Amino acid sequence: MGFLKVSSPHAHGPMSTARVMRLVLLATIPGLFSLTWFFGFGSLVNVLWASITALSFEALALKWRKRPIGFYLNDYSALVTAFLLGIALPPGSPFWLIMIGTGFAILICKQLYGGMGYNPFNPAMAAYVMLLISFPVQMTTWLAPQGSFAGDLLGPIDALRYCFGFGRDSIDAITMATPLDVLKQNNSLLIEDLWQESSQFGQFAGIGWEWANIGFLLGGMYLLYRRVFTWHAPISMLTSLTVMSTLFYDGGSSASGGSPLFHLLSGATMLGAFFIVTDPVTSAVSNRGRVIYGALIGILVYVIRVWGNYPDAVAFAVLLMNFAAPFIDHYTQPRTYGHKLKDQQGGKS
Amino acid sequence: MRKIWDIHGGIHPAENKHQSLHNPIENAGIPPQLILPLAQHIGAPASPIVNVGDRVLKGQMIAEAKGFVSAPVHAPTSGVIAAIESRVIPHPSGMSASCIVIDTDGKDEWIAHQGIEDYTQLSKIELVDRVRQAGIAGMGGAGFPAAVKLSTRDDKPIETLILNGTECEPYITADDILMRERAAEIIAGAEILRHLIKPSKETLIGVEDNKPEGIAALKKAAEGTGIEIVVFPTKYPSGGEKQLIQILTGKEVPSGGLPSDVGIVCQNIGTATAIYRAIRFGEPLISRITTVTGEACGQPQNYEVLLGTPVQYLLDKSGFNKDNCIRLIMGGPMMGYTLQDTAVPIVKTSNCVLAPTVAELPPPPPAQACIRCGMCAEACPVSLLPQQMYWFARAQEHEKLENHQLFDCIECGACSFACPSNIPLVQYYRASKAEIRQAQQDKIKAERSKERFEARTARLEQEEAEKEAKRAARMEAAKAKAAAAANAPEAGKADIIQAAIERSKAKKAESADPAQAAIARAQAKRDGNVEEESPQEKTERLQKLLASAEKRLSAAKEKLALAQEQQNENADAFATAVSKTEEKLAAIQKELSEHEASLAPTKASPASDNADPAQAAITRALAKRAGANADETDEDKTTRLQNTVASTEKRLSAAQEKLAAAQEQNDANVAAFATGVEKTQAKLDTAKKELSDHLATLKTSSASEAVASDDPVQAAIERAKAAREAQANMSDADKIKQTIESLESRIARTKEKLEAARAEGDDKADLLADSLVKLEDKLAAAQQTLSET
Repeated sequence: MGFLKVSSPHAHGPMSTARVMRLVLLATIPGLFSLTWFFGFGSLVNVLWASITALSFEALALKWRKRPIGFYLNDYSALVTAFLLGIALPPGSPFWLIMIGTGFAILICKQLYGGMGYNPFNPAMAAYVMLLISFPVQMTTWLAPQGSFAGDLLGPIDALRYCFGFGRDSIDAITMATPLDVLKQNNSLLIEDLWQESSQFGQFAGIGWEWANIGFLLGGMYLLYRRVFTWHAPISMLTSLTVMSTLFYDGGSSASGGSPLFHLLSGATMLGAFFIVTDPVTSAVSNRGRVIYGALIGILVYVIRVWGNYPDAVAFAVLLMNFAAPFIDHYTQPRTYGHKLKDQQGGKS
Repeated sequence: MRKIWDIHGGIHPAENKHQSLHNPIENAGIPPQLILPLAQHIGAPASPIVNVGDRVLKGQMIAEAKGFVSAPVHAPTSGVIAAIESRVIPHPSGMSASCIVIDTDGKDEWIAHQGIEDYTQLSKIELVDRVRQAGIAGMGGAGFPAAVKLSTRDDKPIETLILNGTECEPYITADDILMRERAAEIIAGAEILRHLIKPSKETLIGVEDNKPEGIAALKKAAEGTGIEIVVFPTKYPSGGEKQLIQILTGKEVPSGGLPSDVGIVCQNIGTATAIYRAIRFGEPLISRITTVTGEACGQPQNYEVLLGTPVQYLLDKSGFNKDNCIRLIMGGPMMGYTLQDTAVPIVKTSNCVLAPTVAELPPPPPAQACIRCGMCAEACPVSLLPQQMYWFARAQEHEKLENHQLFDCIECGACSFACPSNIPLVQYYRASKAEIRQAQQDKIKAERSKERFEARTARLEQEEAEKEAKRAARMEAAKAKAAAAANAPEAGKADIIQAAIERSKAKKAESADPAQAAIARAQAKRDGNVEEESPQEKTERLQKLLASAEKRLSAAKEKLALAQEQQNENADAFATAVSKTEEKLAAIQKELSEHEASLAPTKASPASDNADPAQAAITRALAKRAGANADETDEDKTTRLQNTVASTEKRLSAAQEKLAAAQEQNDANVAAFATGVEKTQAKLDTAKKELSDHLATLKTSSASEAVASDDPVQAAIERAKAAREAQANMSDADKIKQTIESLESRIARTKEKLEAARAEGDDKADLLADSLVKLEDKLAAAQQTLSET
């Protein structure tokens, strides 16, 4: 037998795509735990059902495309999409809503573009936006966090029942507007008074929401530590959001957009910063490009939250910036060794 | 503490260096056969200066450098050149190339060589030349001829000399062990390099911090020399020339430039050692340190290996287990290339042979999709965007690849190492580079052929235009002529013919006949300056003249025949031309024969006067007495003359027949034939006369021989004198008389014919009258000559 004929390098590092995806899944645990703690098992059921449907759709699409199913399912990318969508959807969402979401994410946003790596838009966020526009009622029905409805935490059985359409009527009894909604609807009260008035608010932001965000922040820190992504995009997004909310806080008047801390710990801020903005496929590629990409997302999030029609804005902001990513790439090519920066701008050599 | 800069990116692969550092450097010994590729360096391959079967000594140059960027090859040990042929060489493609194969004799006999104790005594040019003659090429891996790097230019002053002891590739320890064991030689080489390059600022040796023993040894050896050992954190690929320069100085070599552009020269420490040995001991580069390692080797080890040693020989020494090994790598695991054949030799750049087990370096898993995670960009030491370049490479977007600085990629493999999807990124870049280079060459080719095509089209068009113009001009001229002819039809025609005749006559007069001229020249030469032309040359010239005259004769005859067929009025003129040419031919023939006759005695005694036949005869006779048979015998001469007479008689009868036939047919050529007959007659007479003379002389000489047979010289003199007299007194008058007779007979015949023609009103009458006048002239001339003699 002859020797293997391969080109260098012959050594390979320990990192693999499946490992990256597994780390991401692992990093969602603190956030998911917080969500479950405060909003019941709805989110876990979402994630479970989303995972089942997403993997099924992925397998189906791979079969249609005549690709090795096992090989591609093993990269865990469909599972990551399912987790993110399941987390983003309101706890206790109906099964069909989740299925439509994963079907759209996997079949249309991912496989139709050519599978993993080829999708221009983040599949989870695209599906979320599609559902939000198509099914606004279901998409804005959030459960009330524990504390306001003491003892009525959604258990696993109830969660499954709600999900698959049994006794959905009773779910309305335990829903409540999200803090971002409340703030948006407010046009008369000072921030301080609003805080007193509404039962949704907790220490820094909404009850439960603040802890869920802190959970995702922890997960994100872990991923940074494991060098799954660089700090550039998430830190830049959080920084620009902080800057925007500080600029427009105006001391807490009735027209105030809310405190910086409120924005950092409300809605999908941390989930977006560490799990969506960092999606490598759809973001800018260079570090400088990622700083710009993240910063613009932060600005957009604030703009849409405060002056737009939708209470939360991470999905819209990310989708908009997905559009802009190739453009950013074009102008942010890093300076190569032995070259002068100005010679390289705009793709010129 | 010295400031150290950091390079972008980089990776930390498992080092695996300790395995081969357990034992000191071992001499690998002399294998039975050495294979020395002619191209072990960057640049033009060396050119062999030995032949198969030659015995060569250790250190003897067997192939010389071809051009400036090239390096010679030396015999690593004594032996016999077994072959100069194509063999598999260490190359990623597994290709074959010209190699010199030496069958070693085990004697390891050195050729005479001499080093120099104090290198400062030699000029820079001499030192660089010694390095060049020693065949030293960069031993770190690239193999750039060291002498070229040393030939620094004055317009690029060098600030810093850097010696590269980084050795950042995993597994390889050749430089490490060199530092541990031969630190003094490295420092000595560094001092020579410093003397040569004269860096204005500093001389540095850069080493990664994973070689503490080597660093300690170097520092000890460098004490008091001013050479600084700079230690920096281990990271792959710090050992790349550009990367090391950045780490040590913070400077970047401009893209497409050389380190000398930023005032730096960089050499490997192994190269420095080789330069030291070449200068100090006069030893060319014939061996190097090579690491043989990997888990498939029982005893990983550093060897001092003769260049040309087959890899198999080293593996055998190291307890190689082939069953455990699925890939064999020349070089390290990051930038080395796989070998297919263990017969390939160690060359000047072979720093490592790596034989890993399957578990150690498993075959690459199938590549997954790129998720643009950017880990490759994080690892890239030159700040490229490998993930983008990968997409462009797949889409063959060459322009975008170039805009993304594909050609700044050093192919270190860090991106492929880091890629979580196992994409062989470097392979894509290599392929794309090759595609782009190919495309550029194709483009140049296409442009050239386009230029060629356009030039050709333009030329053809111009030619066509010129032709067209000529055609138009000719048509105009023809029209004008036709108009003129229409105006004066009769007179014009006659004028044209007359004019043509005039022209040809003028031409004839103007251009002196070349044959005539040549003869004149030859005669002048013969008279005045004989030395100018050697007899051989003369013979050749005359033969040439003869050939050309014959040719002209045949051409003239053809013309004549043609003219006669067409009943052309110029036929007579042609006939005259023919006869004249014949005369010339005869003259040349005569000269040639004379010359040839004179040649024989000239050979025997060049000093003799070849114009004098008597003298010639004396010479001949003298030669004869001396024993040289230069001349023909009397019997031979008799036979020859008899033959001549016979052949001439035959020719005469043939000519007479022809003449008769011509007269019967009332041919215009009759006059020419008559001349021919007459001449042949004359020749016959001459031949007969000569024969009879000869026979007479023969009798006389036999008589005189009887009187004084003991003196043949005297006899010959007498004979020759007699012959000369006979020729002088008799032949001329006789000839002329004969000529007169024949002329008279021809005149009579012509007169008859003329009368006949006149009676019939034939238009040939004029011509006949002309030839009659000519004949009468000739007769008068002949009679004049006769009366004078």
